[in-house]
Amino acid sequence: MRTTVSLRLPVAMVIAVSLCACGGGDSEDGAEAQRRPIGGATGTELAEVQELHWGNGAEPQTLDPHTGSGVPGSNIQRDLYEGLVNEAPNGDLIPGAAESWQISDDGRTYTFALRRNARWSNGDPVTAEDFVYSLRRSLDPATLSRYTFILNPIVNAREIAAGERPIIDLGARSLDEFTLEIELESPTPYFLGLLTHSASFPIHRPSVEQYGEQHTRPGNMVSNGAFMLDQWVVQSNVQVVRNPYYWDDENTILDRVYFHNTEDQSGEIRRYRADEIDITYATIARRQLPWIRENIPDQLVIAPYLGTYYYSFNTLRPPFNDGPELRRALALAIDREIITDQVLTSGEIPTFGWVPPLSDYENQQMVEASWTQAEREAEAKRLYALAGYSEENPLVAEFLYNTQDDHRRIALAATAMWKQVLGAEVTLRNQEWKVFLDTRQARTETQVFRNAWIGDYNDAYTFAELYHSDSGLNNTGWGNDEYDRLLGLASAEADLAVRADYLQRAEAILLEEMPILPIYHYVTVRLVKPWVGGFSPNIMDHHRSKDYYILDH
Amino acid sequence: MLRYTVRRLLGAIPTLLILIALAFFMIRAAPGGPFDAERALLPEIEQNLRAVYHLDEPLYLQFLRYLGGLLQGDFGPSFQYRDFTVTELIMAGFPVSLRIGGLAMLLALAVGVTVGSIAALRQNTRIDYSVMSVSMTGISIPNFVMAPMLVLVFAVYLGWLPAGGLGDGSFANLVLPVISLALPQIAYISRLTRGSMIEVLRSNFIRTARAQGLPERKILLRHALKPALLPVVSYLGPATAAVITGSVVIEQIFSIPGLGRFFVQGALNRDYTLVMGVVVFYGTLIVVFNLLVDLAYAWLDPKVKYA
Repeated sequence: MRTTVSLRLPVAMVIAVSLCACGGGDSEDGAEAQRRPIGGATGTELAEVQELHWGNGAEPQTLDPHTGSGVPGSNIQRDLYEGLVNEAPNGDLIPGAAESWQISDDGRTYTFALRRNARWSNGDPVTAEDFVYSLRRSLDPATLSRYTFILNPIVNAREIAAGERPIIDLGARSLDEFTLEIELESPTPYFLGLLTHSASFPIHRPSVEQYGEQHTRPGNMVSNGAFMLDQWVVQSNVQVVRNPYYWDDENTILDRVYFHNTEDQSGEIRRYRADEIDITYATIARRQLPWIRENIPDQLVIAPYLGTYYYSFNTLRPPFNDGPELRRALALAIDREIITDQVLTSGEIPTFGWVPPLSDYENQQMVEASWTQAEREAEAKRLYALAGYSEENPLVAEFLYNTQDDHRRIALAATAMWKQVLGAEVTLRNQEWKVFLDTRQARTETQVFRNAWIGDYNDAYTFAELYHSDSGLNNTGWGNDEYDRLLGLASAEADLAVRADYLQRAEAILLEEMPILPIYHYVTVRLVKPWVGGFSPNIMDHHRSKDYYILDH
Repeated sequence: MLRYTVRRLLGAIPTLLILIALAFFMIRAAPGGPFDAERALLPEIEQNLRAVYHLDEPLYLQFLRYLGGLLQGDFGPSFQYRDFTVTELIMAGFPVSLRIGGLAMLLALAVGVTVGSIAALRQNTRIDYSVMSVSMTGISIPNFVMAPMLVLVFAVYLGWLPAGGLGDGSFANLVLPVISLALPQIAYISRLTRGSMIEVLRSNFIRTARAQGLPERKILLRHALKPALLPVVSYLGPATAAVITGSVVIEQIFSIPGLGRFFVQGALNRDYTLVMGVVVFYGTLIVVFNLLVDLAYAWLDPKVKYA
């Protein structure tokens, strides 16, 4: 059976060769020396045992795609469930449970043609009615979902989530058994991308109704993805196995996938080195990087991630409530390359802009981004003086961050730079995460504080919306009418280029006013064994195990 | 003896009530809440969530509700792990912790008593000194240092044992965690045994036994060991507490799905019911274990009588 599988995948194999030619194995530890060459004699042979072991971070909070939050749970849900739209390993949107779709000229009506051969893991067909049920359930306030906003573009979704309208008013209906129509409030160019989010995944109505809260248990769960739930050992691992009814089962190579709980990062690397884990979680213990670079550089995969690490100013309180000069001075005084290259060392991308690099969007930068650091520091001093501070009258402020070693190290570097360049006296204070969240949200104690944002979907709007004056996530207190107006225009705009222009102009305002101080864009840093075939990093860090396979080794 | 046991068990009830009340109100007094996250919940949904977990009721009512649930053996639903109840989580984690902790205690007792006795018999010889310095090292090196070192040597370099996880629960998966957990206890127990054994061997009744010409092996096993074990037995109570707290660290390092990790994760996530569940469970366990230790004491030491 294995040989036929390898014959079926000529394209994938070519990729595999180019990816895995590097992994000789002889650079590893003694016990691994006698290992056969990876990929067998031809370099493309599949291993006898097709099992993949993911390091998956913390324990998933739930496997219910609608109530789920957190990356570990989503990683598993993407293997168990399939939305209308899928992502290829490089992140491109490709047909999922829907074979094709049509978008009306005004960009407000999407008509999806579902695959007629799509099946649930018990053999039931996946129908348009399943999707209508699931979208309604996902928004129903009784479901207690955190991610209803993902579906906000759909007609009446907001009101339903707020409990102001019955769920049957949702703008989603089945035209026939395999045709689904979704109506949007306004053209939303990134809507297809939202359909890869677990909040839009279908779930199997009869099992949910039969088992209630226990529908996610092994034995109860019925799912429509390439894999189905086999075992869930709390705090240890979740195991999924091939779903024989999946429409593309013949191109699925892995038989079993393990999602290991790897809360302890050092432990994860030890298990990786002992060949118990094939792909680590997206953040690995930074202390281990020098060893990794020295010994297994070919297995280290660093790739851009849709996130920004930044500091925020509370613009409601002194000393940062006066105007952009002081905030800009602090922003310019930080040498971002020292932070990324010497403090963090894992390839983070220094930035003077808010939105991470995205296709179809021209990234905005502070005007000083193209200057040398010396020029920026001179400008920082000028602005600092302009804001009324001097050596005799230095800025005295407090920096607040959530307790974590990396945050502390970055904050130490940043405050030292403020001291050195400007003479500012900024002291550090840390709080445990949950306490920090409350303090930051209250906006009554904070002055300058740590912040970070990971995009919910692959579009600049997921960053732009944070600093709308109505946004619940805007913990700076900053608001700007023109910024809000541009976001409103962008939401109603169907023309992609015009829309991008609105969002770019909004970002430029944000960077001019500087309620936030961007430092770097995140990267994913993980180790991948040379025998894992098909792996490709992507900016959302979304992966589907059905695209992967294990080479002979 | 029976009356004593019943009295002790009854006496445990107020102890546990105080424990439950303290834990219940302290975790709620901690700033931050179980539903806090970067993106705040919609008001409607937050209200529904609070209603589901009865957080919208006055605190004393929540407390009474919790006590009522406990009486029926119901620890409530977990805030963080929504697919499970706390009872299910404890029932999943405890057998694992029990196996690791129990094996570690047995190992610590067997090795500690043997090594300690040998050191006592060979007092002030090279064997004694080396055993005692090794055990001093064992006490001083914390298990979060020892465990990764063992993994590095036996799992990464030698490849003999798994580096982490419980796998199918086989012996190989248990070796390193059990040893890491047992080492400090072995060290402590061997020192305790040595000390009390030396004292016992010098006592009159041993001299009498020797004078009667009993073989040394019989003197040691029949007469000396039992009294020499008394301090070890009284140490078993604290040792259990130490193994439980040690398992929090060890389970994290070895990615073992035991109860200890729920303690830490539950507290960080403000998973009120999970933290309460683990506290109540461990509290009860320690109370019961201390009672067993006291009963064992009566059996070992004829001077102790409970009536």
